[in-house]
Amino acid sequence: MTGPQLSPSTIAAGARPPRAFGHLYAGNARSVMARGWRATRSTNSLVVLSGFVEPIFYLLSMGLGLGALIGQVQTADGTQVSYAAFIAPALLAVAAMNGAIYDSTWNVFFKMQFAKLYEGMLSTSLGPLDVALGEISLALLRGLLYATGFMLVMQALGLNLSWWALLALLAVLLIAFGFASVGMAVTSYMKTFQQMDWINFVLLPMFLFSATFYPLSVYPQGIQYVIQALPLWHGVELVRALTTGQVNLGLLWHVLYYAVMIVVGLFATTRRLKALFLN
Amino acid sequence: MPEPVIATQNLVKSYPVKNASDFVAVDGISFEVAPGESFGLLGPNGAGKSTTMRMIGAVSTRTSGDLAVLGLDPNRYGPEIRSQLGVVPQENNLDMELKVRENLLVYGRYFGLPRARVARRADELLEFAQLADKASAKVDDLSGGMKRRLTIARALINDPRILLLDEPTTGLDPQARHILWDRLFRLKEQGTTLLLTTHYMDEAEQLCDRLVVVDKGRIMAEGSPADLIRRYSSREVLEVRFGSTQNAEVAGRIEGYGERVDVLPDRILVYSDSGENELERMTAAGLHPITSLVRRSSLEDVFLRLTGRNLIE
Ligand SMILES: Nc1ncnc2c1ncn2[C@@H]1O[C@H](COP(=O)(O)OP(=O)(O)OP(=O)(O)O)[C@@H](O)[C@H]1O
Ligand SMILES: [Mg+2]
Repeated sequence: MTGPQLSPSTIAAGARPPRAFGHLYAGNARSVMARGWRATRSTNSLVVLSGFVEPIFYLLSMGLGLGALIGQVQTADGTQVSYAAFIAPALLAVAAMNGAIYDSTWNVFFKMQFAKLYEGMLSTSLGPLDVALGEISLALLRGLLYATGFMLVMQALGLNLSWWALLALLAVLLIAFGFASVGMAVTSYMKTFQQMDWINFVLLPMFLFSATFYPLSVYPQGIQYVIQALPLWHGVELVRALTTGQVNLGLLWHVLYYAVMIVVGLFATTRRLKALFLN
Repeated sequence: MPEPVIATQNLVKSYPVKNASDFVAVDGISFEVAPGESFGLLGPNGAGKSTTMRMIGAVSTRTSGDLAVLGLDPNRYGPEIRSQLGVVPQENNLDMELKVRENLLVYGRYFGLPRARVARRADELLEFAQLADKASAKVDDLSGGMKRRLTIARALINDPRILLLDEPTTGLDPQARHILWDRLFRLKEQGTTLLLTTHYMDEAEQLCDRLVVVDKGRIMAEGSPADLIRRYSSREVLEVRFGSTQNAEVAGRIEGYGERVDVLPDRILVYSDSGENELERMTAAGLHPITSLVRRSSLEDVFLRLTGRNLIE
C-alpha cells in the first residue's frame, strides 16, 4: 500500500498570553455537541422517542380523562381554568426536565465511567468547559425538541390560553438548561449505578408533588415552603403563568432561580471534570 | 543545540493516599527532547512512564518541578499545547458510539479544524492505518490490533508536532508493528518529534535516538541504545540453563565468572567479552548446562541490569 503524505505541522504554536479561563475553555463546545448529535442519531433514537411521547400520554389520560371528572381548577392567582389547561404547562416543564436530565445524567454517567469519552476529548485542545457546555447544549436541544412537540399538541387541544404561550418555549429552554447543568454536576460525583438510582428517587416525587396535578394551596403551609424550594415548582409556575396568560413581574423570581442553577451547575461541572480528567 | 520541544526539570508527581503519606509515582525526572528527535521511556510496570506522558500531554498536573512543552507551561497553556500533540494513550479510548471514520472526523473537529480538511485527512489516515475497508464499521467490531491502529491514526488527525505514544504496538501482530515502525520513521523524517514508551526492547533499539531507563519514578540511565549497551553491558552474553531447580545451586559455583552473573528464574546470564571462553571454563569445572547460547549484548540486558531485582552483585 502507498502511504499518504504526512505533512509536518502547519499550525504554529500560539505563544500568546493565556485568555481568562483559557485553560478551561477553547470556545469549541460546538464540536462536542455535534458529536453527541451524531451518536444519538445512530444509537439512542428509541430513547428519544419515548421521552417525547410520555408527557403526551399523561396529558391525554389525566388531562382529558380525569379532567372530565374534575372540571375547573384555580391557578395561583385565582383564575379558573380547565383541568387539562392546568396540568398541560406543568407537563411541558416536566418534558423539558426529562429531556435535559436524560442526556445530562445517564448518558454522562456512562461516558464518564465506561466509555472514557471525556478522557479522549480532553486530550485534544478542548477544555472541560467546552465539554460541559457541549453536553449540556445537547440536553437543551433535546429538551427544546420535546417541548416544541408537546406545545403543538397543546395548541391542537386548545390548551394554550394566551399568546404569551410562545414565550413558554424560552422558559422551557431555561428550565432544561438549569436541570442539565445541575444534573451533569451531580452525575460527575456519582460512582455506581445505585447512586444513580438516587436521582430517580428524587425526581419522581418532585414530578408528582410540584403543583403539577393540583394547586399548591392544597398543602399545609410548611409543606408549601418545601415545594417552593424545589426547582420543578418554579418551572411549573413559570410555564403555567405563560400558557394561561397570567403574566406578572413576580415571574422573574423563577427566572432568577434557574439562572442560579445554571451558573452553579456549570461551575461545579467544569471544576469536577478538571479534577477528574486533568488532575 | 536547538531549543528543546520538551524540557523536564525535577518533575514530580505524587498521588494522595488515604491515611498515609503521598505515593510518589514520578520522583524528580529531568530530560530534554530536541525537535525531530525520537525519545524513549523504558521501565518496568509501575515505573511512572504513563504518568510522565500524561504530564507532558497536559492532562495531568505536576506536583512540583518544571515542565515546558513547545516552550509553554502546561499549567497555563493546556489547550494550546494539546492542539500540537498527537496522543496514543496506553489504553484505547475510542468513541464506541461512533463508526470508524466518524471517530476521525469528530476527533478532528475537537481541534477546531475545518470540516473539509478533516474529511480529507481522515481518508488519508484510514489508508495509513489500513482500515479503509472498515470505514463504516462499528468500532466494537474491530479486532484489538485494528483498534490500536485506529487510535494511532486518530492521533495524527491534527498533524501534531509531537507524537506521544504510550506502548503503541502492544497488541499488534509482527507485520503491523513493522508497518507502524516504518510510518513512524517517515513522520520522524518529516520533523515530527516522537516520545514513546515500550516494553519491547527491539522496538526501542529500532525507534529511539535516545532513551531513559526509569525505575520507581527515577531515571536510572540515559543515552542512545548503543551507548547504553556499551556502558552497562559486556560485548557478549552467555545464556545457560540448568533446569529451574538447579540454577540457584550452580549460581554459587560460577560466582566471579565474566564481568557479572545474573540469575533469572529460568536461566543464568554470564556477561563477558567472550562467551565461548566462559562456557569452556564452565565445562572444565564439570558443569554441563542443558542448553547454552552465546549472543551479542542487547538493550534487554541493560534493562535487566538496571531494573532487575535479582542481581548478584
Ligand atoms: N490516578 C492515580 N492514583 C494513584 N496512583 C496512581 C494513579 N496513576 C498511577 N498511579 C500509580 O503510579 C505508579 C506509576 O504508574 P504508571 O501508570 O505511570 O506506570 P507505568 O510506568 O506506565 O507502568 P506500565 O508499564 O505498567 O504501564 C503506579 O504505582 C500506579 O499505581
Ligand atoms: Mg503505562
